Amino acid sequence: MIHQHFMLVPPLSVAENVVLGDERGGPALDRRRIEDRVRELEKRFGIEVDPSARIEDIPLGLQQRVEILKVLYRGSELLIFDEPTAVLTPLEVDELFEIVRTLRDEGKTLILITHKLREVMAVTDRITVLRGGQNAGELVTRNTNPGEIARAMVGRDLKELKARATPPRTEVVLAVRGLEARSDRGSPALRGVDFEVRAGEILGVAGVGGNGQSELAQCILGLRRPSAGAIRIGDVDISKDDPKRTRARGVAYVPEDRHLEGLVLAFTVADDFILGKQDHAPFARHGVLDPVTILRNGGRLAAEYDVRPPNPRAIVANLSGGNQQKVVLGRELSERPKLIVVSQPTRGLDIAATEYVHERLLEQRGQGAAILLVSSELDEIRALSDRIAVLFEGRIVATLDAASATEERLGLLMAGHSEAA
Amino acid sequence: MTWEQLIGAGVLAAMLRLATPIALAALGGVIAERSGVVNIALEGCMLVGAFFGVVAADRTHSVVLALAVAMAAGAVLAGVHAVAAIHLRSDQIVSGMALNILALGLTSFLDYQFYGNTGTPADLAAVPDVEIAPLAAVPFIGDVIGHQNTIVWLTVVLVVLIQVFLFRTVPGLRLRAVGEHPRAAETVGIGVRRTRYWAVLASGLLAALGGAYLSLSVAHSFTDGMTGGRGFIGLAAMIFGRWTPIGALVASLVFGYGTALSFSLQGASIGDVRVPVQLLSTLPYVLTILAVAGFVGRSRPPASDGIPYETEGH
Repeated sequence: MIHQHFMLVPPLSVAENVVLGDERGGPALDRRRIEDRVRELEKRFGIEVDPSARIEDIPLGLQQRVEILKVLYRGSELLIFDEPTAVLTPLEVDELFEIVRTLRDEGKTLILITHKLREVMAVTDRITVLRGGQNAGELVTRNTNPGEIARAMVGRDLKELKARATPPRTEVVLAVRGLEARSDRGSPALRGVDFEVRAGEILGVAGVGGNGQSELAQCILGLRRPSAGAIRIGDVDISKDDPKRTRARGVAYVPEDRHLEGLVLAFTVADDFILGKQDHAPFARHGVLDPVTILRNGGRLAAEYDVRPPNPRAIVANLSGGNQQKVVLGRELSERPKLIVVSQPTRGLDIAATEYVHERLLEQRGQGAAILLVSSELDEIRALSDRIAVLFEGRIVATLDAASATEERLGLLMAGHSEAA
Repeated sequence: MTWEQLIGAGVLAAMLRLATPIALAALGGVIAERSGVVNIALEGCMLVGAFFGVVAADRTHSVVLALAVAMAAGAVLAGVHAVAAIHLRSDQIVSGMALNILALGLTSFLDYQFYGNTGTPADLAAVPDVEIAPLAAVPFIGDVIGHQNTIVWLTVVLVVLIQVFLFRTVPGLRLRAVGEHPRAAETVGIGVRRTRYWAVLASGLLAALGGAYLSLSVAHSFTDGMTGGRGFIGLAAMIFGRWTPIGALVASLVFGYGTALSFSLQGASIGDVRVPVQLLSTLPYVLTILAVAGFVGRSRPPASDGIPYETEGH
């Protein structure tokens, strides 16, 4: 099993992680010998990683190879990959698929669990579709197409995303100039970022996770203090404002981790709908909450945003990921925001919920909102964005029109090949 | 103030004596926390070790049995913490603190029951000193390490053994993996709970040995609350030593030296200015705060330290 969240011990070496639990040979830990053994294994399957490197020092793409080595080391004939490409760059994905094909040709059995149709079409021989815990169809890859698979996954035809109705307006809603910020570890995360987003426009920010996306969103929201630069909403510099003041200027935020930043899981749907609005009318008067209004508001939004079950008293922790995200959307989008900062809005969602989120974002764009869409899903970025900015090591290395942003070009830019611009 | 008062053989010998119980507690802390369990009950383990060591020495007149009983008592107390922390997944700070209070009350109560107001007997079997004959005559060195207690030397040996165990053996590798990423350890077939139980029991043994050192090597008696927070100082030494046995030993020596100085500089003065001994003796603790606050380099606990492990689906 190659887990979606790697089962690796960060401070230990590659070789130590591979042999952990099945070290062979006496109780003494002979580092050289286990490294030799891992090197031998790598040679046999054509997988390259430095056995003496520490896990915490190597990129996610290599960490995944360590996961594969762990399984091969134990002599498994059956390998299960759980969403293996979620954290990889397009180049790393290609390399992974090379390894996958090699293993297949070696006679191993591989199961690939994924929600990405492109991957299914690229490497599989046969496909089983699961829907609602049931087998919803078996297909042979050679004889099928993405449309048929999607139909089996959702149980109906997917809607075509509507082509844009109105062109973006000229009014600049968000202007970022020379923005610099440090990461939690103190290293530079943003090194001079410039861009603007207009009303009625979606600017996609593409990039491999960890190139400054989180810090960018946090700076705009006031969750992180920039070390230099300006962030303007209209004519006002908000770079020193706290989230409350930023939100008061019409900024909404759909955070990348809805459990960590988006929701209080132990709260009811109705209570999560009013987070951030709890201290003023109509939800509170003189510092006292008005439960009737809160509940009525919860019921209305739950129905409007299709939260299932549409019960404002339901505990958010008990909802599915898609419905939790609808609660976040309902809270953030229901007050006609001028600017929406959206980070990884469909991470971990199924295809129907993803479609729903995308529709809602396009609807906001149609109503004139400026949207900054941060996502590591290239398909999502390309489907929604009017323009795409590629973030690499804290800088925007290129900004492309959606029409000219092919997947290959974006992939090269995300990997730091700026000549592709 | 003289050099003799600063780094004389007497001061260094005192440093070793004072560092030993702290180092033993710190070693216990290293093992427990490397496996992912915070054991602040080390203070209580030391105290029951000190007390039951005295009781066993009094009844059996055997030092070996006394130490065995002391360590068993520490392991029992640590075992209670292990059940609470690992099996019942309770808050490890609350459980540890409760056991510290229990240990204090229990030993005071039993001390009074057994020995009344007269105090523990004067003729207790004591842990002997190790006389290194060839060294005893050598100036300075002989005065520092020529006649230290057996447990002082035992501590040095334990530091080396545990350092080797943690970083050069397969069980040590597994223990560290459990403390860093228990789920990863479990997916490769390592028993997370079993590993943590052994680690917590070992931490109790070590801390109790430190307590027995106080009562059977230094004081030759038991008095209420005689460990005086050394278990907690051991935890500070563990952090200061970055969760490694050798680091913990060095940190314990710093603390021991600070305390030794505050004794030797009693009444000393520089010119006309009295040396502020009380202020000086706070130095180790100031260093600890700086270490914990991250000013003295990177000091990072094991990633899953103090987090109860829950198997999936529970």
